[in-house]
Amino acid sequence: MSANLSAILYLISGVLFILALRGLSSPETSRQGNLFGIIGMLIAVTVTFLSVGNFTTGFIFVLIFLAIGGSVGAFIAYRIPMTAMPELVAGFHSLVGLAAVFVAISAFINPVAFNLGTPGNIKLASLIEMAIGAAVGAITFSGSVIAFLKLQGIMSGAPITFKGQHLLNALLLILILILTFYLCSTQSSNLFWILIAVSFLIGFLIIIPIGGADMPVVISMLNSYSGWAAAGIGFTLENTALIITGALVGSSGAILSYIMCKGMNRSFFNVILGGFGATEQASGNQNKEQRPVKSGNADDAAFLMKNASSVIIVPGYGMAVAQAQHALREMVDTLKKNDIKVSYAIHPVAGRMPGHMNVLLAEANVPYDEVFELEEINNDFANADVAFVIGANDVTNPVAKTDPQSPIYGMPVLDVEKCKSVLFVKRSLSPGYAGIDNDLFYKENTLMLFADAKKMTEDITKNL
Amino acid sequence: MEIDPFIFRLSIFILSIFVGYYVVWSVTPSLHTPLMSVTNAISSVIIVGAIIAALSGNDGVVFSSSSIYGFLAIILAAVNIFGGFLVTQRMLAMYKKKKKDK
Repeated sequence: MSANLSAILYLISGVLFILALRGLSSPETSRQGNLFGIIGMLIAVTVTFLSVGNFTTGFIFVLIFLAIGGSVGAFIAYRIPMTAMPELVAGFHSLVGLAAVFVAISAFINPVAFNLGTPGNIKLASLIEMAIGAAVGAITFSGSVIAFLKLQGIMSGAPITFKGQHLLNALLLILILILTFYLCSTQSSNLFWILIAVSFLIGFLIIIPIGGADMPVVISMLNSYSGWAAAGIGFTLENTALIITGALVGSSGAILSYIMCKGMNRSFFNVILGGFGATEQASGNQNKEQRPVKSGNADDAAFLMKNASSVIIVPGYGMAVAQAQHALREMVDTLKKNDIKVSYAIHPVAGRMPGHMNVLLAEANVPYDEVFELEEINNDFANADVAFVIGANDVTNPVAKTDPQSPIYGMPVLDVEKCKSVLFVKRSLSPGYAGIDNDLFYKENTLMLFADAKKMTEDITKNL
Repeated sequence: MEIDPFIFRLSIFILSIFVGYYVVWSVTPSLHTPLMSVTNAISSVIIVGAIIAALSGNDGVVFSSSSIYGFLAIILAAVNIFGGFLVTQRMLAMYKKKKKDK
């Protein structure tokens, strides 16, 4: 296949990837978008086979390995519960990162195959691109592995911090630059390996100080990194599809990180430098006083809701943990039968990844036009009778609006307290991930429902 | 003087960042999770490099030191491609509108 033809086909596959993302602007067009993405991938892979044109034993092995990886991927995709989406995405990011590292290594060992020069005499530009691809890929890999372990609960979600952490990270980053510089002047393979090793270390160090509640930012950030790694490799391979995709994914992840940071009213650097909660917890515990709370049972909650004319549901990570989304939808169905208007309010950082709650509600067959974003629904709380907070905490804390001392001051929150009454499903009074007490617990119109989210919802349904 | 092809690739790269920027802002927030899984799937187009690497062995030698990394990368990228697209499809199939009969 001629180089020009394959370049055009790669371009087409890049355009198809753009259309795949474009499709996601609305749920109706999204499925078609996904199809565009698949076609784009099919074109890219086919063109690569044809342009390499090496249909020997190696080709058969490629197909075998493709089938192995593909069936593993398909198996995971069909078996994974929707609540585990954040872990899955973090895991997948790590694979992209590692694949980028492997391709860069291969290109370094055998530059002839990629038309980049000969071993020990690789073109300067290619070497820089390769080093960037490998370094970013390695950071993505180790960072995603840590994020995965934290999300899975294998590793504690609490931030791990130590003295001189930022200094160490900064020094390592400088070391990477120095290594890249010497790698370019000496072409030494040892430097290349050290560069990759240091990058692995940085990815690890960057993610360990970030706490569980900041995971939405971390996942988006790693998403972005995986894109930049792919783009770096794309430059090495002089492949348009890869460059376009890398840029798309890179900017997509960056935008998501921005949205998530804005949802928490924190700067990106504040999140990345980590340690949120670690310093606040101490002060939060000191002024913790025993204030009276009203607690109730499923019967009380059912009574309140039965007499309401409109109910707003505020789901959070706790709903995902308790797998309560189906029980919740059954409760809502019963409410609707009683002619009660029900809508859902989703905070941008609810859950552990962007859009996490929306997927869970969609899984439970909640129509997406009943689900609203913060800006769309926040004014409605004042007119609603009952707010049903299930598994959310910090995102409803009125302190963010009233107390400039609070670490979450300025964070956009759902105006839950404006409802006539608030039902708060929670296992205990323990503070949320930000480590601060929620004023909402002690409000006059709040009724705490201490129970497992799923069990409580089921009980309420029985009592309706 | 001729323009280095690198500049063309850089242009594509920069323009794609802008395209990505505007396209992603138009994605509805409720689809942010599928957005992440689909970007994951498409970034696995890195398999292109993996295939080239895997088929780079000299005649008769299938597994050379460089092609082994290619084969490993193929497995990783394939997991991502199939896993990413299929899980996106599974998620998107769940997004339904309110039934009209209400």
